[in-house]
Amino acid sequence: MSLQIISIILGSLTLAAALMVVLSKHPVRSVIYLVVTFFLITSMYIMMNAQFLAVVNMIVYAGAIMVLFLFVLMLLNLNKEMEPVTAKGSQLAAFIAGGSLFLVLITALKDTLILGQSYRENHSQIGLVKELGNLLFSKYIVAFELTSILFIAAMVGAILLAKRENQIIE
Amino acid sequence: MDTALLIEKSILVILLFLVSLGAAAYMTYFERKLAAWIQDRVGPDRAGPFGILQPIADGVKMFLKEDFIPAKADKWLFIIGPGIAMFTALITSAVIPWGPKLHLFGRDIVLQVADINIGILYVFGVISIGVYGIMIGGWASNNKYSLYGAIRASSQMISYELAMGVSAITIVLLSGSLSLNAIVEGQSAVWNIVYQPVAFLIFFICALAELNRAPFDLPECESELVGGYHTEYSSMKLGLYLFAEYTSMFVSSAIMAILFFGGYNFPGMSHFSGNTLAILGIAAFATKIFIFIFVIMWIRWTIPRFRFDQLMHLGWKSLLPLSLINLLVTGLVIAYKNGWF
Repeated sequence: MSLQIISIILGSLTLAAALMVVLSKHPVRSVIYLVVTFFLITSMYIMMNAQFLAVVNMIVYAGAIMVLFLFVLMLLNLNKEMEPVTAKGSQLAAFIAGGSLFLVLITALKDTLILGQSYRENHSQIGLVKELGNLLFSKYIVAFELTSILFIAAMVGAILLAKRENQIIE
Repeated sequence: MDTALLIEKSILVILLFLVSLGAAAYMTYFERKLAAWIQDRVGPDRAGPFGILQPIADGVKMFLKEDFIPAKADKWLFIIGPGIAMFTALITSAVIPWGPKLHLFGRDIVLQVADINIGILYVFGVISIGVYGIMIGGWASNNKYSLYGAIRASSQMISYELAMGVSAITIVLLSGSLSLNAIVEGQSAVWNIVYQPVAFLIFFICALAELNRAPFDLPECESELVGGYHTEYSSMKLGLYLFAEYTSMFVSSAIMAILFFGGYNFPGMSHFSGNTLAILGIAAFATKIFIFIFVIMWIRWTIPRFRFDQLMHLGWKSLLPLSLINLLVTGLVIAYKNGWF
């Protein structure tokens, strides 16, 4: 019962923080709300006994990616006057695209368990690092290795894009 | 939940909080005395015998100063910046095993707040969010020097986190566990420094950079940036930033002692048992932490500051490849020992 209450509180906080990302006027504040959202999602992973996933979510998303986001936004130093005005047409297009994504998500998630019910069966050890490692390096080894190749390719691509052309020739 | 366990953990948490803050306060005194000694001065000697009350006087001074918030600053973020810095400095101590089990009132007391099986990842998670305190504070000040400090801090911390993480992975490979408790217990015979001197060196340099300590204190480089990210801060908000730096120094010394110098293990451990062992273990751990703190301070008063491009070159072009090679060699040796070749 108490687990359910905690999960409801965490869930509503997550939703509130996620809404604030969209609603807040200032880009830096939006990013900070996004960091808060990632933290709340981390806490939900912990509720589901997925410690490894929780910490990795914290390190990768809250710790690395959002720091880069914040870094870029601070350098841009966006002001209200400098903010580009979006055309009405693209605003409508964004609304329709976002709305359809929302619909797809709702239909995909409508059969999932009601909030809090799944926490009762969280005694499984599947989220712990040992079981996860065993699974990743035996059953899912091909997928795992393919993902790492994809990452390497993305990294090489990023470096190539960042380098100027004459540097490549040299 | 077991009520006694709850009380026990609460007492441990409060004790750790007080010890971390007390240690940080007296580290400022120690640092000033050490600096004085290195530069052939007397150092603080007015407040109490040998100036022993100096940290308290400093604290009172910090509280009594005018608390100023710049007019164009983002007020809300300006206030939470130092709070985040202090918060992240303090919460790492939750996973540190401070000593062997203690027997008190007929109970086995584990001197560790939370023995989570991913302890070392937790530490890295906290380190990776530690940069927010500086970034948010520096940006919210709305001052170009603060912003420069914040940007330097974030790029420096992201760069050095990589080499630090890779050198810590070698320790995980050696001990076969991510739990700090298991890592310490695995070193009861031989400390990890014997197997991993290169990883220790990389980890130590990266720890200095993560702490923003000299020779990597570019985020608060006073000769270029006035005061760096805390230029606009005053009163206890500034105090929190300075305090957070010393608290993280204390905690990271503890982490280095755990990963490479056997934590609470000490030579001749098998001759003791029970509470004597626990107390001696805590003392050994405290001694190791103290030595690390001394070395970090010693380096600050000896080695001049890096230039920013030198800092980036060291991080990306020397430390990261070196730590990757070290990881590869460690992996190969472990595979060979397990009979893979």
